[in-house]
Amino acid sequence: MAKLVGVAVKRKEDPRLVKGESVYVDDIRLPGMLYAVFVRSPHAHARIKSLDVSAARRVRGVAAVYTGKDLQGKVGSQVVETIMDEKRFVQRQPLAVDVVKFVGEPVAVVVAEDLYTARDAAELVQVEYEPLPAVVDPEKALEKDSPRVHETLEDNVCYRWRRVYGDVEKLFKEADEVVETRLVIQRLAPSAMEPRGVVAHYDGYNRMLTVWSSTQFPHRLRTWISTSLNMAENRVRVIAPEVGGGFGSKLNHYPEEVIIPYLAIKLGRPVKWFENRSENLSATTHGRDMIANVSAAVKRTGEILAVRLKLLADLGAYSYVYTQDNPIMAARMIQGCYMIQGLDLEVIGVYTNKMATDAYRGAGRPEASYIIERTVDAVARRLGMDPAEVRRRNFIPAEKLPYKTLTGFVYDSGDYAKALDTLLAAADYEGLKKMRDEHRKQGRYLGIGLSTFIEVCNFSYQSASVRVEPSGKTLVFTSTSPHGQGEETAFAQIVSDALGVSIDDVQVIHGDTLAIPYGWGTAGSWTLTSGGNAILNACKQIRQKMVAIAAHHLECSPEDIEVEDGRFFVKDAPEKGVSFEEVAAMAYDPEKLPEGVEMGLAATSFYNPDLTFPYGAYLALVEVFPETGEVEVKKAFLVNDVGKVVNPMLVEGQIHGGAVQALGQALYEEVVYGENGALLTSSFADYLLPSATEIPEMVLQRMETPAPNPLGTKGVGELATIGFTQAIVNAVEDALSPLGIRIEKTPLTPYRVWSLANMGQRR
Amino acid sequence: MMIRFYLDGQLVEVDVKPTDTLLKVLVDKLGLTSVHYGCGEGSCGACMVLVDDKLRYSCLTFAASVNDKKVTTVAGLLSDHELSPLQKKFVENNAAQCGYCTPGMVLVAKALLDKNPSPSDEEIFDALAGNLCRCTGYVPIVKAVKSAARR
Repeated sequence: MAKLVGVAVKRKEDPRLVKGESVYVDDIRLPGMLYAVFVRSPHAHARIKSLDVSAARRVRGVAAVYTGKDLQGKVGSQVVETIMDEKRFVQRQPLAVDVVKFVGEPVAVVVAEDLYTARDAAELVQVEYEPLPAVVDPEKALEKDSPRVHETLEDNVCYRWRRVYGDVEKLFKEADEVVETRLVIQRLAPSAMEPRGVVAHYDGYNRMLTVWSSTQFPHRLRTWISTSLNMAENRVRVIAPEVGGGFGSKLNHYPEEVIIPYLAIKLGRPVKWFENRSENLSATTHGRDMIANVSAAVKRTGEILAVRLKLLADLGAYSYVYTQDNPIMAARMIQGCYMIQGLDLEVIGVYTNKMATDAYRGAGRPEASYIIERTVDAVARRLGMDPAEVRRRNFIPAEKLPYKTLTGFVYDSGDYAKALDTLLAAADYEGLKKMRDEHRKQGRYLGIGLSTFIEVCNFSYQSASVRVEPSGKTLVFTSTSPHGQGEETAFAQIVSDALGVSIDDVQVIHGDTLAIPYGWGTAGSWTLTSGGNAILNACKQIRQKMVAIAAHHLECSPEDIEVEDGRFFVKDAPEKGVSFEEVAAMAYDPEKLPEGVEMGLAATSFYNPDLTFPYGAYLALVEVFPETGEVEVKKAFLVNDVGKVVNPMLVEGQIHGGAVQALGQALYEEVVYGENGALLTSSFADYLLPSATEIPEMVLQRMETPAPNPLGTKGVGELATIGFTQAIVNAVEDALSPLGIRIEKTPLTPYRVWSLANMGQRR
Repeated sequence: MMIRFYLDGQLVEVDVKPTDTLLKVLVDKLGLTSVHYGCGEGSCGACMVLVDDKLRYSCLTFAASVNDKKVTTVAGLLSDHELSPLQKKFVENNAAQCGYCTPGMVLVAKALLDKNPSPSDEEIFDALAGNLCRCTGYVPIVKAVKSAARR
């Protein structure tokens, strides 16, 4: 049996997906199930003067209607993991009680025999609102006379965080130039194709609550539900069925994930809730929405000495699980892959009357990369240097790795300069520049943009249980919760190699807290490294036992056993051997076991990884049409080092998909709130995702520096999203450089680009 | 009102309201897992089906309008529970990640190739433009369609 790690094995997940047989949360139907619909605030900020549910309650088929007051003291608040400043933290109620603070905030829930009755009845819930002044602009939210989001606080600041590393003042004095940039990263909607949904069922006889949720974090959600409902954790079971994408929007603890279980317990019947798209765009966490003011102290030679960063993060009205975390991560990763000697970092998290921001593919790292990579280009422009050259002057040299950054991260392995060289060779950088310049002479606006960037991942531990059954069929239980990444296949490849079992005989189980030991779920590009190493360790234990059993049977010592092609044999007498299946059967036969070896073939392992730092070097070639404002990304070159690759096909899939999300950020996507806090992008007609017609040709190249962990893997899920946005924006700025245009804000929609090119907003 | 139609080759009879969408009937009443709600307004294509071999967003199609017609979901492309050649191309090219948009994508590909067995790249991009995928970046989907096309 050939080794499978490193091979583009076809996905085990796919047959059920292309047949349409997968069971997502909306496909779960239980006998007697009720349907819930939430009544949500149309106002960004308003006092609830009265709330009358009597008409809704009278509708035939309505089982119950609950308001915020009904749930007070019964359903606890959602859990928030990171609280930077306790005094400025505002705990919310699962349903608003007196005041609503963003459009989409739930105020009541209607439960009925079917979805359509529930929807009709929800229309009959009478809420009288007294609108209050709202604040949607994070900079205005800092002004003294701004409306306040929370009247219990004296202003809208949720937290201030400042750290200074190195002698920044001295470094700025030593600088030849100080380059200042202002960057506005828009608000984005993660937009998983499957919206969120929850089904809950309470089995009163066994006192067991089962919750199906479209979640990335089944075990964490179980902890959060048991906390909010004050239930023992071993009486709650969370199942993540097939999950139709997450991108960070499903690693949270949402009010609906507490309320639906509560209703199921209270009403004694299963209850389902499935979000519609406008709810998804208004009440599922958003991402990014930060304003960066940067100054860089630079030498005339291109060396960046120090960076001052003031980062203003729009958190929305309430903190969700990691809302307060992401801006800090952005600041802490601002060094990128450069030898910067001083950092002065200030982050202000501010409340506004909007939905919360939280993790969205990259969660802090795309902001960091965007800010430093845009700054590097600004430095190049000021100094009249090639952007590639400025990067080269500043890279942390390969021989310095592992390298401890100013903020305390330890970059594990890699070669950033080599990644750039590989990229420039693959793209024929010099040739591209010539072509761009020739086109420029003919009045065409071509641009080249670079991004050399780094990611941090593997923040969590995972569990794995591996069982080889007497037949040799193998079960793998992982606490990771893949939802499209393909780890059922990657994990099976690892197990097949580690045990010598056929990949067809490996079944990977995820997303059920009853069967799987505790772990963190899937996010942060960590599934393969944290989950895969846990699996590998469990397999090693099993393998050792199988070798002992085979040696006993073949009457040799365990050191003399070799395993190949699913067969255990004696090194010096290969004809003496026994199959994987036979060894598995022996493990369950007391007569066949060596002395002191316990029966069975099962092992559980937990793995807590060291942080890993995948990186890449990207180039975008664009053409801008100033007459229409259109930006066409003509070609992209993407060089990545994700460490050891288990399945190159899956890695490519993550890079392609991640890059296109970055393309959406650069050119199309933006969550827009009007001045009064009304959400203007509540459908896919207004919130523009990239479609098949906007995809550039993408050329992928791989470097492979193994990370210092048993699998050698780093992570890939977020990498291209972290790296590609600024390559496009840098390219557009390059294209428009004959017009002297600076880009401050994304997305680069035709309107924005046209305005820049034609309305004299030049510098 | 009672309507009857062929669903993936089988005659079904179902009681619907005049305002019921086909999506609602397929998912809520008939319990299909091969059609997905994505946006409810014809922007994403996760709910796509073929009605008499024409692509339809089932979220925007009245159930009553398919009376006496033939409705095909991705499950209807299977023969004897086995993947059709087109579906196999989706697997070979890694064209599915989370799988939520996949049934719609496969049906768009089928409708395109039935009409135009050797489409140009441009025609493939255009055909897929009405269906959103958030995972794959479309690259492998286009590849799958290309590899299923006659050369």
